[in-house]
Amino acid sequence: MAVTTEEVIFGDSVITTKLDSAIAWARESSMWPYIFGTACCAIEFMSVASSKFDISRFGAEVVRFSPRQADLLIIAGTVSYKQAPILKRIYEQMTEPKWVMSAGACACSGGFYDNYTTLQGIDEIIPVDVYIAGCPPRPEAFLEGLMQIQKLQAKPTKYLKKRSKQEFKGKLDA
Amino acid sequence: MLSECDKKIEFSKTENNRYIVKLKDMKNAIKFLKREKNYNFFVDIAAIDYLDFKEHKEKRFAIIYLLKDDKFDNLIILKAYLDEDEIIDSISDIYKGANWCEREVWDQYGLKFKDHPNLKRILNHKEFIGHPLRKDYPITKGQLCTKTDDLMDEMTPRLKAKGYENHDDLMFLNLGPAHPASHGTIRTFVALDGENIQSAVSEIGYLHRGFEKSCENHTYNQIIPYTDRLNYCSAILNNIAFAHTVEGMLGVELPQRGQFIRVIIGELSRIIDHLVCLAANLVDMGALTNYWYLYNPRETAYHLLSKLTGARLTNSYMRIGGMTHDLYDGFEDDLKECIKDVQKGMDDSLSLIEHNRIFQDRAQNIGIITAEDAINRGWSGPNLRACGVNYDVRVNHPYYFYDTFDFDVALGSTGDVYDRMMVRFEEIRQSIKIIHQAMKVLPKGKYNIDDHSIIFPAKKNVYSNIEGLMNQFKLVTEGVKVPSGEYYSSIEAANGELGFYIASDGSGTPYRVKVRPPCFYAMAALPDMIEGEMIADAVLDLGSLNIIAGELDR
Ligand code: SF4
Repeated sequence: MAVTTEEVIFGDSVITTKLDSAIAWARESSMWPYIFGTACCAIEFMSVASSKFDISRFGAEVVRFSPRQADLLIIAGTVSYKQAPILKRIYEQMTEPKWVMSAGACACSGGFYDNYTTLQGIDEIIPVDVYIAGCPPRPEAFLEGLMQIQKLQAKPTKYLKKRSKQEFKGKLDA
Repeated sequence: MLSECDKKIEFSKTENNRYIVKLKDMKNAIKFLKREKNYNFFVDIAAIDYLDFKEHKEKRFAIIYLLKDDKFDNLIILKAYLDEDEIIDSISDIYKGANWCEREVWDQYGLKFKDHPNLKRILNHKEFIGHPLRKDYPITKGQLCTKTDDLMDEMTPRLKAKGYENHDDLMFLNLGPAHPASHGTIRTFVALDGENIQSAVSEIGYLHRGFEKSCENHTYNQIIPYTDRLNYCSAILNNIAFAHTVEGMLGVELPQRGQFIRVIIGELSRIIDHLVCLAANLVDMGALTNYWYLYNPRETAYHLLSKLTGARLTNSYMRIGGMTHDLYDGFEDDLKECIKDVQKGMDDSLSLIEHNRIFQDRAQNIGIITAEDAINRGWSGPNLRACGVNYDVRVNHPYYFYDTFDFDVALGSTGDVYDRMMVRFEEIRQSIKIIHQAMKVLPKGKYNIDDHSIIFPAKKNVYSNIEGLMNQFKLVTEGVKVPSGEYYSSIEAANGELGFYIASDGSGTPYRVKVRPPCFYAMAALPDMIEGEMIADAVLDLGSLNIIAGELDR
């Protein structure tokens, strides 16, 4: 193995890497979620944030309620037609790179609310990166979803490029 | 009783406490009941569309008023038939609680009210066309909403009434629906002068999930999972309330063991609900440590519930005529563990706040509501008891042996945020007391009723003989046949009187289910409570009422 000049000088106190991966690593290890909690699933998210399941083990405990400060949008709960324009607005206010996690049956597909009030899945309004199942998902499932996002996050360039190519057109995009 | 009224009222008595009154005389009848007979407590208003009903009714719609007297002992149900174009006299000037109920009837059924201060949609969005609970509205016909209501049509008159001709000096702010302190999805629109709220308007319906319409589409047992998601902090209490009502219609009573299990698990749910409410309320106040103290015992309780029912939050444990299965071996030890944790969490939290000057200054004399006002608005549960009103369904209309337990009803005196929180702390203590007593006398034996036209046969029979198989098949596909008629019954849920008004046409699917969601009435009072206070207080007010959006918007 070739020894670089840096290593000669600094020993192993310095790691050389690419800027991209350094940033990706930093982002991945400190996601700031915005929790769009509307219903029962949000109560389970409270458990995820509390000490037993402790989302801070995954570096995502800084829950923000301003979309401008968050990079992960977690939709936990039923989104009704009345709520939809608000969800869209919040999504739009987040800055790139942003990630969306749809938690629970309702957010993913409308759940068992197949009726006049409920949006049949939030992907009718905004694009989604990771779906997690459950009604409500157990706290472990939330963590699993977070890890999935982190995986995508680790090599963002390729994924984001692909995502930006697929043009998303939701029901509220005129 | 109505015959004593000085004004002439056309009515007929159908059952003990039920009257059919001509629509034109309804308001007089209600006025009379309130004035002369002290029917002060507003319970609910329900409407029914009889379009597809098997028996012929004199007119297409009916509107039903439910009231209770000042001792909370007697319930009276008044019903009037009407057609679409007939106009109902609003009673929102008699009962403040009626205001939102009438808006809901207009929204869902398109029935109009005369002299209502603000007859507009409440649950559905502004762009919605039609009235979804009418029988000819298809259940899956959703309608896109593109814009949120700016609410200025409500705000401007409120500001005018306060003497503001223009709003140049005021700042408008939305608290919610996407806001950490909005507890789900509740929107409060406020006009601010500095940090002081001059005027406020609340908008609900962001979590309207069509519970009542879905009920008309499912068999009675299929509705149980939907009831879980009303007040999802105490799912089992909702299960019990619904099953209890349907069992009342069927005229069956659970075996003693079943009833005691319902008491034990129900009280445990109440504890969890209060813990969540208090924890969230204290976080709103900035006392984050309490959140951990109060939230962790809840994890123990969830662990127990998932062992018992298979789910942490949405348990669906009850069935019509009983429950899915008996308590498991070792339940008692787990329960003891759980209660120990709750007690510890509560003591830890109280030691932080009880004599804490900051907490007291923040919570005392904030969001006061008088006893009289609360009754008039139809408040119930801890919120009402915080005003010093001694009303608890468990005591006033005991069910499931509640009259044999020794427990106190926690009462407040001022009806402020502090009282509401302290009443909840005390209720946790009382619930623990009830659980201990119930565990001591928990009898052995059957926990479900024995009637296989209601409860599933044993799996052994389903898999081994044709009768059992047919029995199961019929119950699953057709549902439990409930005798036709209309019925109201309620229990004391975590938030107060949770009632169901169910109309059955004799089939396995209810014809109409109307929920009486306790926090709906509390929420309606919020704008009046927070006007004149500061924003930080408004957040506490909302938290202390324990508004759960699933129950509020259904
Ligand atoms: S998925 Fe289930 S638990 Fe989650 S919001 Fe929907 S109904 Fe509630």
